[in-house]
Amino acid sequence: MDQYTLNLLVVGGTFALYIGIAIWARAGSTSEFYAAGRGIHPVTNGMATAADWMSAASFISMAGLIAFTGYDNSTFLMGWTGGYVLLALLLAPYLRKFGKFTVPEFIGDRFYSQTARMVAVVCLIVASVTYVIGQMTGVGVAFSRFLEVQNSTGLFIGAAVVFAYAVFGGMKGVTYTQVAQYCVLIVAYTIPAIFISLQLTGNPIPGLGLFGTHVESGVPLLTKLDQIVQELGFASYTGHHGNTLNMVLFTLSLMIGTAGLPHVIIRFFTVPKVSDARWSAGWALVFIALLYLTAPAVGAMARLNIIDTIYPNGTQSETLVYDERPDWMKNWEVTGLLKFEDKNGDGRIQFYNDASTEFAATAAANGWAGSELTVNRDILVLANPEIANLPGWVIALVAAGGLAAALSTAAGLLLAISSSVSHDLIKGAINPQISEKGELLSARIAMAVAIGVATYLGLNPPGFAAQTVALAFGLAAASIFPALMMGIFSKRVNNVGAVAGMTTGLVVTLVYIFLHKGWLFVASTASFSDADPLLLSIKSTSFGAVGAMLNFLVAYVVSFMTEEPPEEIQELVESVRIPRGAAAATADH
Amino acid sequence: MADQTSSKTEAAQDASSYWSANIRIIIVCLIIWALVSFGFGILLRPMLSGIAVGGTDLGFWFAQQGSILVFLALIFFYAWRMNKLDAEHGVDEE
Repeated sequence: MDQYTLNLLVVGGTFALYIGIAIWARAGSTSEFYAAGRGIHPVTNGMATAADWMSAASFISMAGLIAFTGYDNSTFLMGWTGGYVLLALLLAPYLRKFGKFTVPEFIGDRFYSQTARMVAVVCLIVASVTYVIGQMTGVGVAFSRFLEVQNSTGLFIGAAVVFAYAVFGGMKGVTYTQVAQYCVLIVAYTIPAIFISLQLTGNPIPGLGLFGTHVESGVPLLTKLDQIVQELGFASYTGHHGNTLNMVLFTLSLMIGTAGLPHVIIRFFTVPKVSDARWSAGWALVFIALLYLTAPAVGAMARLNIIDTIYPNGTQSETLVYDERPDWMKNWEVTGLLKFEDKNGDGRIQFYNDASTEFAATAAANGWAGSELTVNRDILVLANPEIANLPGWVIALVAAGGLAAALSTAAGLLLAISSSVSHDLIKGAINPQISEKGELLSARIAMAVAIGVATYLGLNPPGFAAQTVALAFGLAAASIFPALMMGIFSKRVNNVGAVAGMTTGLVVTLVYIFLHKGWLFVASTASFSDADPLLLSIKSTSFGAVGAMLNFLVAYVVSFMTEEPPEEIQELVESVRIPRGAAAATADH
Repeated sequence: MADQTSSKTEAAQDASSYWSANIRIIIVCLIIWALVSFGFGILLRPMLSGIAVGGTDLGFWFAQQGSILVFLALIFFYAWRMNKLDAEHGVDEE
């Protein structure tokens, strides 16, 4: 059986599994869409949260970004896990006690203001749409590879599938589908990593193999990697080369953003008890950590394997002849995400850092006229099993895992967008008399518009999948997280303060991003670039942390200049702070 | 116990001592959270460069593995500690 058929079979099989589980689980609980989560154990809920959370950015994109940069991109690892500490300590138990179902609802009630609720809806939509753009990038990469088509064709097919998947709807609410998706994606991620770790270091646990010994050369894997990348003029893998301030702010943005993203927060609204909300966050991180502890090993080992493929006899000898290139290169050339251009006409592939001035002399002496291979970083995880010559079923499994990650998150976000448009915006403000049918229709239209916008922008994305997703985190960090935190930890912050804070955080961050990435992400309209950013060394992806600080500052200053919140709101805050009575808080619905 | 007015103020005092105990635990956890990630993983890495770990240094290990493991420990510690605190102050769920 050829790889193409095998891919189709495995991907199709996993889809049939999700749909089967959805239909089976639906029969029992059609009436209580949300309440389904109430009877579920924290471990199961944690697994479902992990599936919801880990998207194309974590699965497809992140290890590639770490592979090509090394230590400096550890920010993704720390940022996307550290946020769970904030979530567990600062938000989850209190929001569960409060007992409403959406983030704008909490903000509207706590800040006793319809305006605050609307501002929260806008923040939520802006962050979620940006997030979906990142997912579409990942979906495009995955579909183009396994259907063997051009990247843009893959993107259109992916968009259609995501739309159908999200409209199928309730599926998202079925926890057991997400549990199945988690299982598929974690197996797909770890199996090739275990194989590769065994090949390179003899250690079956990739996270340990990363710090183990490279079997072939007998030196530690990371020492070997540092050595060969530097021999090709690249910066060392383990070294710190980027700007420290930017690295700190970027990590902080990802952390705060994690705790401010509506589709993750929502999961903690539906656990049975406040104590379960605390445990659930821990279990979610356990399942997320399985992937995140493996990802840096995948990155480092893939970088080593790629260089090994191109320099089969070491970096000091002849490079790979183009006509003898392995199949994985041919396969990825079809998608347009891997390109070869024989600049010096020797029929061999040269891959080195042609931007390095120090290395220029060595390159010239070798007769090299520039690096000839362009590898899109988002292909790395999907290509990884092919690069390591793993069996066909592993390659197919990884494609299925990537799609599971991208689809589950994209569908979840589309549902979050459509429900906030139809429920919070249209029913809550514009037309309270809207019929249920009208509400459903507006939800579908919102979903179609969101996916249309995301697909269009996904064709020319503002960055690799994980970078685009990072922008979404920056926006959530700057707008939603501070409002939620102040709503719980301060009794003094009032309606005017919260609205002023959220608006400042969102607008300033969005403008900063647009100045660097182009207005509405149209690249040609950008006035600055991330290589030479407007303020100090703060890149647009890192600005969310600054936006969040401004949000806090403005909210406090404005609140102290205006009236104290009314007595009943202060009592509400008091009651949110203690777990007792959590069952009653939800009985109101 | 006591008469009604004093039991009411007692309840209020207990709620505020519960909350300040919670805040103390949160602050300690967040200091550790920041220390392992922003500290050991980024800013203090040069200070830890002398400690070798598998071909690199301890700071690199914290940035790519250690911080995640500490985050896990922190969340489970907090959940356990808070459930105990809830019971001590009689504010746990019935």
